Parts: sequence; structure tokens; C-alpha cells
Amino acid sequence: MNQTQQIATIKPAAGKSSRSGFWKRLGKDLVRNRYIYLMALPALLYYIIYHYWPMYGSIIAFKDFSPTLGILGSPWAGLKYFEQFFSSIYFGRILRNTLLISLYSIIWSFPAPILLALLMNEIRSEMFKRTVQTVTYLPHFISTVIICGMLVDFTSMRGLFSYIIELFGGQAQNLLMKPDLFRPIYIISGIWQEVGWGSIIYLAALTGIDNSLYEAARIDGAGRFQQMVHITLPGISPTIIIMLILRMGQVMNVGFEKVMLLYNAATYEVADVISTFVYRKGIIEASYSYSAAVGLFNSVINFAMIIFANWISRHVGDGETSFW
Amino acid sequence: MRKQETIGERIFDVANAALMVVLMIIMLYPLYYVLCASFSLPSNMAAHRGLLLLPEGFQLESYKIVFQNPDILSGYGNTIIYVVVGASLSVLLTVMLGYVLSRKGLMLRKPLMFMVVFTMFFGGGMIPTYLMMSQLGIMGTRASVILPGLVGTTNVIIMRTAFQGIPESLEESARIDGANDFTILFKIMLPLAMPTISVMLLFYGVGRWNSWFDAMLYLRDRGKFPLQLILREILVYSGTGDMLITWGSFNGQDMSEIIKYTTIIVSTVPILCIYPFLQKNFVKGVMIGAVKG
Repeated sequence: MNQTQQIATIKPAAGKSSRSGFWKRLGKDLVRNRYIYLMALPALLYYIIYHYWPMYGSIIAFKDFSPTLGILGSPWAGLKYFEQFFSSIYFGRILRNTLLISLYSIIWSFPAPILLALLMNEIRSEMFKRTVQTVTYLPHFISTVIICGMLVDFTSMRGLFSYIIELFGGQAQNLLMKPDLFRPIYIISGIWQEVGWGSIIYLAALTGIDNSLYEAARIDGAGRFQQMVHITLPGISPTIIIMLILRMGQVMNVGFEKVMLLYNAATYEVADVISTFVYRKGIIEASYSYSAAVGLFNSVINFAMIIFANWISRHVGDGETSFW
Repeated sequence: MRKQETIGERIFDVANAALMVVLMIIMLYPLYYVLCASFSLPSNMAAHRGLLLLPEGFQLESYKIVFQNPDILSGYGNTIIYVVVGASLSVLLTVMLGYVLSRKGLMLRKPLMFMVVFTMFFGGGMIPTYLMMSQLGIMGTRASVILPGLVGTTNVIIMRTAFQGIPESLEESARIDGANDFTILFKIMLPLAMPTISVMLLFYGVGRWNSWFDAMLYLRDRGKFPLQLILREILVYSGTGDMLITWGSFNGQDMSEIIKYTTIIVSTVPILCIYPFLQKNFVKGVMIGAVKG
């Protein structure tokens, strides 16, 4: 804290010079470091074209965009498309779906890797532990398309999952056609694919815990459960908090590629999220301004969430947990 | 140390080990099932219900069909182009930008850093990006698949952190010897940052291997489709039609199933072959990323 304040007080003093002086110095800087700036140029061009141009382009949300007139030539439409979106039945539906899928994955998918890391940490044999790690990381490397292809197959009428459901006295059916089951399938398959991978960061945090703490606890007669609760868990809790805050900042970003691969007209009601809706309205139906308005709404909420998450992280703990 | 173990703790150890074994089975079995099914005879597989421990009958015909499918072959070829060209360009641009952002004493360093990091907070979104692509006039070309996502901001930051860790004295002594910035970066800094760069190459490479959405948005010509887009048609929309004609007397529906399983195996095996290598480096990458947060 103290250090950052000191740096902050030094900065304005250095910048206190006349305007023409600033431009002169900038010119000198550009000439002297021309090769360095040249190096940055290709990547900066990428940022301008693929990030800043579309940011500028999102003003079509406030216009009646037509491709023949272009972004500047199209007439202004004010907030028409936002009003249209907020008053449509889709607004509540896709917002609810987006938030629910995020919320469920925070409740179920977020703790899973933590639990796995704790359990793996308790494995005595180093070889067995490494085997468990290798196997649980594996699904992370299978592409989304293949995972979804397998899911479509397993959940079909005659698929593996239907058989298992039948075993337990249920009725075989096409599970992806059932609106009730979309979210469970989405979340569970997500856990299957990412639980091992997600545990890496917690395992790394576990290695940072001072071994003498465990020794002291053992001498005091603490059993392994007590050690887990009183040493291991507090030891990784800063990491857990950071990961949770980061996750909260992404609450509006649902992995939409997977949704797009798994949903169908029967499950739109529960599966349609903001980005899939934008895709259908914008790319398929070519309602550019309307879908740009929906997308902009999403970006703005996202922006607010990330700022909020970062603000929390600065105020949690002693400044050590802040990222930017 | 071990003598103080209570019975409860020993039970926990056994239960924990058992749980881990079950977990490993759950992770591996779906793939094993697909592997067995891909070798099974269509008619046997159709009659079969439930788990598979061994193939139901045996055939290799489906592999022959999949390997002869022009879409899968061209998809593989295209994906290799996208992975190799995309990942190399990405790494080159990321390394150069990361290096620039790690240099002290540049007046524009802070504004540039802000310009890069801001894109993590806010973006134009799908539709304005799509319209930009059509204005740019590269829609339908291979460039329209390679250019989006060329530079990853997280990777730039990781790269910058790696360069910041290299002692400045190395750079200074090279400068005194008359080296220019390009020589310093490519001859001195790059070899020292090699571990991070190889992780970066893998991150970008695997990302490219898995991606299909940009290709779906911007490509019309099937000859340029990456493998994942072809797989999406075959697996998710059961588009096995072309391949069925070539396989005689079996029921179409049954054959389509086997062909799908075979396709999954054929398109996953390359990744699984390099998996041990990937795992090691990726884990390293997660750690590098974790330092920064």
C-alpha cells in the first residue's frame, strides 16, 4: 500500500512540463525507439482492427443499420432497438438462462476442482497421485465439438445414458430434447471435462503451504482431517477467493459454443443464452442493429461486473489479492 | 510418523483411493466405449444395449471409409494449415508486443498497455466484428479464419512478465556492443524466454485445433473448412450421408453410428498422442499464468 502511494506521488511531478515540451520529447522518444515501436506495430494493428474497429462499429446499435449505407451513412435510431429488446419476451428468457447457467456452474463446477485437489493431496503414493492427475487432465484436451458429439450420441434414445437411466427404472428417451435436463447435462459434462484441469491451480497453491505448519499440528495431536480443515483449507483460501472473484467477473460469459452445439428448438426455452440469441438474430436473421444492441447490453454488464470484481479484490485481504 | 494413524484415517485412505479409481474410470470410460464401438459391426452394435467392454464383432471398414472421406481429409489438411500458420504468427506478434511492453523508459508504454488490457474489459461483440470482416473484404478466405484471435491479451501479459524477469544488464551490454532492438530480442531475449514461448505455442496451437466458430461465420467454401467444422456436421447433425453409400449391406442408421464413433477416434488420436508432452507444458503454463493472476 505504502509503496504504491509513494509511486503515485512521484508521477505528477515528472509530468509537469509545458505542452510543446511534451510533444518534443514524444518525437524524440519515437525516433530513438523506432525499432521498438515498429516491433509492436503488427500486434497493435491487430488490436485496432479486431478490437477497436468493432467497438466503434457497435454504434450501429443506435442506428438503423443497412449494409448499403454503411455505419456512418445509416440514420440514427436512438434507443429504439434497446427498447424493443427490453420489452420483448426474449429479454427475460435469455437473461435468466445466462445467469442461471452461470450460477449453477458457480455452485457446482467451481467447488469441484477444489475438492478434487484436496482429495488428491491426501493420496500417499506419489505415483498413484500422478496417474490420477494425468487421467483427470485428459478430457480438457478433447475439443468441444467432439465432447458435444459424444454427448449427443450418449443421450440419444438408444445411447449409453438412456441405458443407465433404464437400469435405474427410468424410461429411455432423447435426453437433449428434455428442457429439464439441458442444464444438468451442460453442467455435469463441464465438470467431467474441466475438474482435473481446474485443480492444477489449487494443487500449485497447496505446494506453497509451509510444511512446518503440518509438523507443528501433528505434534499438537491434530489428525489428518483437522490438518485439512485448519491448515490446508486456510492455506489455499486466498487462491479460492481470487478464482471466485475472477469467475464472478465472467458471469455473463457462458461457454456459448457448447450451448450452440447442444441446444435445439425444443430446449431454447432453457438453453438460449445472450450470445446464441445474438448469433441467431444477427447472423441468421440479419437484424444487425437489434442484435448489436443486445450484444452491447451484454458487453456493458460484463464491463461493470469485471470492474466490480476487481474492486472487491482490492478490498479483500491486504491488497495482495488484487490483480491489476 | 505412520504409527499414529487411527482406524478412521486408514478407512479414509482406502475410501479416497477407491474414489479416485472410480473417478479415473468415469474419465476414461466414455473414450474407451467409443473406441470399442468404432471397431464393432453395425448390426451387432445396433442389437447391443449398455456398456461395452470389448468390440461387438470386429471390422475396420469404417476406418477405411473415414480415411477416404474427402471432407475429413481436407479438414485435416486445413486444420494443420490453420494451426501451423496461426500459432506461429500468434507467437511472433505476442513475443514482439510482450517485449515492447516490458521495456522501461518508453513514453508510450503505459498508453499501449492500457490499449491492450482494455480489450479484456470491453469488446465490440459478435455482430460488429462480423460486419467489420465483411467490410474488410477477406470473408471466405483462409485469412478470415487465421486473423481473428491472432493475439491473446492474457498471453501478451504472460510474455511481458517473462521478459521483465530477464536481467536488464544483458540488454545493456548488448546495446553497448552495437546491437539493435531486433537483434537484442531475437538473439538474446528469445532464447532466455524459450520455456514461456513453447508454452505459448502450445496454447495457441491447441486453441486453433479446437476452434470452429470463426470458420463457421466466415467461410462458405467446404474446401477450406477446418476439421472441427466438418466434425460438427458429422457428429452433432449426423451428416454421415455421403459415407453411407460406400458401405454395402448394413442398415443406414446403424452404419451412421459406427462411422460417427470412428470419426471421433480418428480426430482425437493425434491430440492423445502428443498429450503427455502437452500436459507437462500446459501445467507449466497454468503456473506461469497463475503468478500474474
